[in-house]
Amino acid sequence: MSNATSHAVPHAGVHADHHEELGFFRKYVFSTDHKVIGIQYGITSLIFLFIGFSLMMMMRWSIAYPGKAVPLVGPLLEKVLGDVAAKGVISGDLYNSFGAMHGTIMIFLGIVPLAFAAFGNFVVPLQIGAPDMAFPRINMASYQAYFVGGIVMLVSFFVPGGAAQAGWTSYSPLATSIPTQGQTYWLIGMVLLITSSLLGAVNFLATIIQLRAPGMTWMRLPFFVWAQFVTGFLLLLAFPPLEAAGIMQLMDKVAHTSFFLPTGLQLTSLGHISGGGSPLLWQHLFWFLGHPEVYVLILPAMGIVCEIIANNTRKPIWGYKSLVYSSLVIGFVSFIVWAHHMYMTGMGMKISTFFQTTTMIISIPSVIILTCLFLSLWGGSIRFNTPMLFALAFLPMFGIGGLTGLPLGFNYSDIHLHDTYYVIAHFHYVVAPGTIFGLFAGIYYWYPKMTGRFMSEFWGKVHFATSFVFMNLVFQPMFAQGMAGMLRRMVDGGANYATANTPGTTGGLSDTMIHTNQTISMAAWCLALAQVPFIINFFLSIKRGKKVESDNPWQATTLEWQTPTPPPHGNFVKTPIVHRGPYEYSVPGRSKDFTPQTEA
Amino acid sequence: MNEKMSQLLNLPVLASKHGADVDKLIIYVHYLMIVLFIGWILYFLYALLRFRKAANPKADYVGIRGHLSNYIELAVALVEGVLLVGFAVPLWGKAVDQFPKADEHPTEIRIIAQQFGWNVFYPGADGKFGARDLHLVSNENKWGLVKDDAAGKDDLPALYNEIHVPVDKPVIVTLTSMDVIHSFKIIAMRVTQDAIPGLAIPLHFTPTKTGIYQINCAQLCGNGHSTMASGRLYVDSQENYDKWLASKSKPGAGGATSFE
Repeated sequence: MSNATSHAVPHAGVHADHHEELGFFRKYVFSTDHKVIGIQYGITSLIFLFIGFSLMMMMRWSIAYPGKAVPLVGPLLEKVLGDVAAKGVISGDLYNSFGAMHGTIMIFLGIVPLAFAAFGNFVVPLQIGAPDMAFPRINMASYQAYFVGGIVMLVSFFVPGGAAQAGWTSYSPLATSIPTQGQTYWLIGMVLLITSSLLGAVNFLATIIQLRAPGMTWMRLPFFVWAQFVTGFLLLLAFPPLEAAGIMQLMDKVAHTSFFLPTGLQLTSLGHISGGGSPLLWQHLFWFLGHPEVYVLILPAMGIVCEIIANNTRKPIWGYKSLVYSSLVIGFVSFIVWAHHMYMTGMGMKISTFFQTTTMIISIPSVIILTCLFLSLWGGSIRFNTPMLFALAFLPMFGIGGLTGLPLGFNYSDIHLHDTYYVIAHFHYVVAPGTIFGLFAGIYYWYPKMTGRFMSEFWGKVHFATSFVFMNLVFQPMFAQGMAGMLRRMVDGGANYATANTPGTTGGLSDTMIHTNQTISMAAWCLALAQVPFIINFFLSIKRGKKVESDNPWQATTLEWQTPTPPPHGNFVKTPIVHRGPYEYSVPGRSKDFTPQTEA
Repeated sequence: MNEKMSQLLNLPVLASKHGADVDKLIIYVHYLMIVLFIGWILYFLYALLRFRKAANPKADYVGIRGHLSNYIELAVALVEGVLLVGFAVPLWGKAVDQFPKADEHPTEIRIIAQQFGWNVFYPGADGKFGARDLHLVSNENKWGLVKDDAAGKDDLPALYNEIHVPVDKPVIVTLTSMDVIHSFKIIAMRVTQDAIPGLAIPLHFTPTKTGIYQINCAQLCGNGHSTMASGRLYVDSQENYDKWLASKSKPGAGGATSFE
């Protein structure tokens, strides 16, 4: 049985009895259908990605042109946010708010929901041959908690004092000492977002363990499902400590406890309540989530890239088992590397040796995954469509991100690079041209399954080429800036440390480094323009895109392409039976170059 | 060769003894990174060209044969192991466990960071700092000093944003903060250490060139974080340092001090 036949078969799915037509609200707003929830997550998180990026575009103005009014939006900022944007200039307070919220929004409201929840929801049940997620109502609750958490975060910009200002890491005592209600909102928002992730994680784990179609053994799972499976465990086990820590910091803020506040603080707002707490405790709890979180950000993207590379090289992934075992090793080891974010907190010999060693160990499975994906190209018959271009670009971009983690992972070299732009460039290479390219690839790849139409190839390629160039123009120069000693989180882009402003001193930032701020900012704004073709393409193609001619337009092997297009509630016309592994492309002796998992 | 690489990597001026090791490790790790990256990219571009659909219409089910990649993997792990065991770990040991001994005559300084500057203390002639007790911190006693501690009698009054040290002598700084977390960073000295309230953390370095160096704050510490840039480290010749110290130690000093 091949692709295009599924429409003809009468609707006789396993759950057909539940599936009467639902009203608009039940169908699109309070849906329990994993695909609708996936799309809800997708659209919401894309909007948040854009908001997070907009914050950064304003910050880049302040970095490049400190003390000058923001063009276009300056007056609006002043009107809406008040004194912190007096005369349209971004103040230290506002910059810190934008900085904290850029990180928070990008990670917790943008990438994680898009990579894990949106793609996971839409694709995982289809790929394992399930009619829905194991717990459809928990799934709906997960989205709702996420949505409310997002609203709380956005509202915090408009409360007295403005949004949180202590970085996405929210270190105590700074976080507790800044007199803004925004910090309280941030903590409440985080508790909601963490709850959402936990609900999602248990649901994914239960679904993947319990709802695989007959014949879908563990080693026949597409790598994307494995990636989501490991991600689910990371969220489930790493987030609860942060949720607890968030509530503790909230108590420090509103109930005047002193979990993270040491004795003898000379802060007017905290002096009378502080005593006995430890600022380092917060950092340990935060990074206990914070580091697994990095793999939460990257694993789903690796999964997507793997699917697309297999499909467009028309051959099996090289080293499928290595990929699976590597991702499992990453999952385990990622729980014991967290303190490499804290090398400069006064770490002794034993602890630093332990965390340096685990950090080097975790680099190995990451290199193996990357190597397998690179080697999968060998012997392929490579099609360069838009999803493939993004997936291919992921490899060297993630490569740069991964490699530049090495000098940060050794604490002796980290002495110089800690908290510089080198760090910013490093993790953005992992997450922006890395993960986000993987996510774009996924959007272009599964769009035909969601809508029944392709996105425009031409505009897709324009989007790819321009994004690729500007991403690199934004982040590549930051390595040089970081090496030169330019530090993060400076509202003036380091101008106060410029040699030009500190005559007679050694070690300041050269004019070239300071001027590079302007080049980077221009590239960042161009990067925003480069997203315009994507946005237009995304919406116009819903109605105007080229129609798919079959249910399996990419001639793929995995189960999601064996459903009608778009898949109805309940997904499969009849329960698929799985006979083979996920990437049986170009099997010798077969007439066509792909053999779906359902084929005997 | 390292010199060239240092320039290529844009490493800034170096003026401390251990900093040479920091730079060396950075450079070695970057050799590894560059070799790996160039290898990947050459392979990547070649594979894309050779196996594009037009050139290779039929894909090969098996793909790459042989175990070269395993050996490369192993080599990478080995190099990482060498960097870890041979450099990173022992060097860190030197930084945190092997403090300069008394016979090296280290300059000892206590620094208490605050929003947005550095308070610098010298122990005076006895070489001992007055004891602090964080429970005593109040508006009147903002350093939390123990009143009748004999060691504190001859401590110099707090300096703000200036540190003076002699060149080629080890410096030991005991670092803390009175409000939020700051990070004490002197780029040319290759020194970075968080200043954490409630903890007193020691660090050491040996400046090798005289001059005036910027002190950076490397940890977000509030809305004035970017303005916490007025701190200066003055590395003087021993002679000038002694003069400066004498001028500070004399009660009522400040005017012309040429008693030599």
